Amino acid sequence: MPQIEETYDVVVVGAGHAGCEAALAAARMGLETIIFTVSMDSVAMMPCNPNVGGSSKGHLVREIDALGGEMGKNIDKTYIQSKMLNESKGPAVHSLRAQADKAEYSRAMRMVLQQTDHLTLRQAEVSGIMAEGSTVTGVKTFSGGTYYAKAVILCTGVYLKARCIHGDVSYPTGPNGLQAANHLTESLVNLGIPVRRFKTGTPARIDKRSIDFSKMEEQKGDERIVPFSFTNTEEDIKRDQVSCWLTYTNETTHSIIRSNIDRSPLFSGAIEGTGPRYCPSIEDKVMKFPDKDRHQVFIEPEGEYTNEMYVGGMSSSLPEDVQYAMYRSVPGLEHAKIVRNAYAIEYDCIDATQLKPSLEFRQFDGLFAAGQFNGSSGYEEAAAQGFMAGVNAARKIQGKEPVILDRSQAYIGVLIDDLVTKKTMEPYRMMTSRAEYRLLLRQDNADLRLTDIGYEIGLIDEERYAKFNAKRSTIESELQRLESITVGANKEIQQFLERVGSTPLKTAATLADLIRRPELSYELIAPIDKHRQELPADVIEQVNINLKYEGYIKRQQQQVEHFKKLEKKMIPSDIDYDDVHNLRKEARQKLKAIRPASVGQASRISGVSPADISVLLIYLGM
Amino acid sequence: MFQKDTIAAIATGMTNAGIGIIRVSGAESIQIVDSIFHAKQAGKTLVDLPGYSALFGNICDGDCVLDEAICLVMRAPNSYTTEDVVEIQCHGGIVMLRRILELVIRSGARAAEPGEFTKRAFLGGRIDITQAESVMDMIHAKNELAARSSATQLQGKLSEKIKALRAMILNHIAYIESALDDPENYSLEGYSEELKLQVEETINQVKALLSTAEEGKMIKEGIRTVILGKPNAGKSSLLNQLLGEERAIVTEVAGTTRDTLEEDVVIQGIPLKIIDTAGIHDTVDIVEKIGVDKAKNSMEEADLILYVVDGARPLDDDDMQIMSLLKDRKVITIINKIDMEQVVDKEWITSKLHTSVVEISAKTGDGVQDLYECLKNLFFHGKLTMNDEVYITNLRHKQGLMETIESLQRVLDSIEQQMPEDFLTIDLMAAYEQLGYILGESLGDDLANEIFSKFCMGK
Repeated sequence: MPQIEETYDVVVVGAGHAGCEAALAAARMGLETIIFTVSMDSVAMMPCNPNVGGSSKGHLVREIDALGGEMGKNIDKTYIQSKMLNESKGPAVHSLRAQADKAEYSRAMRMVLQQTDHLTLRQAEVSGIMAEGSTVTGVKTFSGGTYYAKAVILCTGVYLKARCIHGDVSYPTGPNGLQAANHLTESLVNLGIPVRRFKTGTPARIDKRSIDFSKMEEQKGDERIVPFSFTNTEEDIKRDQVSCWLTYTNETTHSIIRSNIDRSPLFSGAIEGTGPRYCPSIEDKVMKFPDKDRHQVFIEPEGEYTNEMYVGGMSSSLPEDVQYAMYRSVPGLEHAKIVRNAYAIEYDCIDATQLKPSLEFRQFDGLFAAGQFNGSSGYEEAAAQGFMAGVNAARKIQGKEPVILDRSQAYIGVLIDDLVTKKTMEPYRMMTSRAEYRLLLRQDNADLRLTDIGYEIGLIDEERYAKFNAKRSTIESELQRLESITVGANKEIQQFLERVGSTPLKTAATLADLIRRPELSYELIAPIDKHRQELPADVIEQVNINLKYEGYIKRQQQQVEHFKKLEKKMIPSDIDYDDVHNLRKEARQKLKAIRPASVGQASRISGVSPADISVLLIYLGM
Repeated sequence: MFQKDTIAAIATGMTNAGIGIIRVSGAESIQIVDSIFHAKQAGKTLVDLPGYSALFGNICDGDCVLDEAICLVMRAPNSYTTEDVVEIQCHGGIVMLRRILELVIRSGARAAEPGEFTKRAFLGGRIDITQAESVMDMIHAKNELAARSSATQLQGKLSEKIKALRAMILNHIAYIESALDDPENYSLEGYSEELKLQVEETINQVKALLSTAEEGKMIKEGIRTVILGKPNAGKSSLLNQLLGEERAIVTEVAGTTRDTLEEDVVIQGIPLKIIDTAGIHDTVDIVEKIGVDKAKNSMEEADLILYVVDGARPLDDDDMQIMSLLKDRKVITIINKIDMEQVVDKEWITSKLHTSVVEISAKTGDGVQDLYECLKNLFFHGKLTMNDEVYITNLRHKQGLMETIESLQRVLDSIEQQMPEDFLTIDLMAAYEQLGYILGESLGDDLANEIFSKFCMGK
């Protein structure tokens, strides 16, 4: 029987958040790209929380944007509420989060894919990977089609042999009843790629009309909107926002859960996958924190054209009747009508330590992987990996070196380094505490950190790059100006300082010195800085941060200097660790298994000690 | 940027006699030495000196004159390291050298990592690739020991203490980080005040450590030397001879276990930690009293064994038993009592034990000079692995502790300024890493330093 045969440069398997970024990056870099989805209606679907960003995840989105990815632009188009989190804390942990209109988000992303040159979007289930020896040659679909390609990027999310479970009910489907991908795992195993089983979960969705919001605290969006994308201004995207709502569980909720815990598939053993510790189900939280008398519950709209409300903080895999009882014990949800049940989902994924930092399999030339398939969790984590995998697949085909961000450059670097270096035993979630140099890796300076790289990759166009360079030089010249202008201890200045509650000057000081005072800022000293030009808010923000936190930033930069020394020491890919004498046995095993690209990466492998690193360095003659 | 800082170390071997040299290298070396040096010729300064010329004067700590010295200036790139270098040549004496080195470091230099001068020479293109390769071979041959050394350098109470401080700091970092990622379950309310008290307490503890590090320095540094011999072989006399001869008893403390006494002496510039049982001055003999097992134990820890044979009495079972323990150890065999009639066959012992054998009279002091020569040979031919490297390492430890205090002080400043808690972790982490560096549990500033540290200081 004649079969479909087509040839592309890049095949992307899966059109979730990882797949979309991967396909867009590759196609925009000029490579003929095809992206497969199990359903045209599930492109960039958000099967769990209806928001993008949040603590440290917001950083990822802004970094993706600075490099030339799509997620930031797409959420700017489709957000219905925007909030800068942690504003009472330092600028390093300020984090942007936007509520998305889920359906709009998905539609808008699909439209972008369909309008991108060199990109083909195709509904089909990829059932096999084709390889000659250790080189990937393309994929086969379940319907019999053959698609040749120089690179294949696996972004299968939670679809591989997916199974949704609550109570003793189990469906062999992906999220939201979508068809699971049941055939690809076998092909991977046949290629010798070991898979493992992870699980995650989602809460119920509740009909808005059944909720009594008067018993909840309203959570409004911010007045000032900070766009995710550096290409947008506040004016570009300003809109009316919808509210979220805060309520709490109570002792009744907890006792309902405790008395039904034996009916949870997690406790009965029906679920074998490992769940995320940092995104626990409500039953996990109740069992883990028996002393807490309440847990936060956020009620979040899923979109403007639906009544569905997401019950944040109460994901669960308890049986349907327990879900009803448990949700209805929460103030405001007494009469809640469930639209969709909460459920846990199990899926096949890989241990990403078999990948290089470029996200290519060490064992297979041209085979890349990104997203939840790599053992991560979260839309943003997926998108970040997808983007890098797409870029590196394209660069490989173009005969260029991969782009690898290190831990001092981006949260994306931290994310990927952790995934490919540390054996994660549960779905990996980005957190601020994972980033050692977070004062340098702020969400506000993602463009300053990464636009140059995006431009070099070819995903930042000339116009945007020129604008960015102008911003950068404005910041620099303004900083210089403030350092160069000295004010004397004259009457006008002293009166001004007294008025704003600051101590008078003893000797002359520069304007920069004044801004460094904790109680002052660039904005506050305007009356005594007569010759300043009007500057955009994002420039002022950089000026303030650079001056106010100068000492801390410098110290962190010094720490980065130390860190970089080891990162730059590369390990030859053909190194024979048996030839390195004096390594301890455990270290030798780990190094053989993970095959780090640099001595820096080697130093982060658990079980490899500083002494082992010294031995390795000596062997390498460094 | 780290290659630009200025480093200093004692460049000469540990000889008490003659001249000792402290070498200072780096862009600020000349200014730094100038600040502690007063030339005899009024108005002369090192800064104005051309390369390869010298001034004579005093090294002064404030108003206090430490020593007379000749300061030799070499200007970049015409020096071993290719940087500006000053060599302070003064009147030897390890204690004085150490004081001057500390003064130089206080004035802005950093204690050189072992091997760092050579490293700079290498980086500056001063040594060529074949030389570098032979250096690498040398390092390679020693690396097993080296890899072990950083972790084992600090033992006992001091390292336990540092570990405890580290654990405490890590605990605070972890709490703050948890609160950032999980504000629902971890509150930072009032946390700064609590942290402030703890950090103040920690600073006090590190300061206390610093002062003990100072007192205890030499104790940790000597070559662990055990004197063995049967009863009345003359061990006590030998010990007294050694103690009497040495020029600088640095300290004398009871050891960690109650029944041993540790004496630190510097003989011909070589620091020895002589380990003896508490009962050594009693008439009851160590071998008889605590048995072969105990002797084995103290031997296990020894870098060097001084085996005392009574030359006036025939070898007996005790001697045979001791000799059987000496295999594969570094031993100097001392035939004592040459002032009396000799019944022991030196040739026989030499062929039996394959050790250096010297003949002395501990009572009269005859032949003791031969013992010293023998000791020096062992030491300077690298057969004893303990050398000035360890000495400097401890200076680095000291600097690590000082930097820890500095970082912790910054944490206090940040709390004072009411900085958000996430800022506190930056300096807490720096303190944590500094302490880890001392323990060999974190990777140091520069791993290349660790590698180059496998060979001697003065090179």
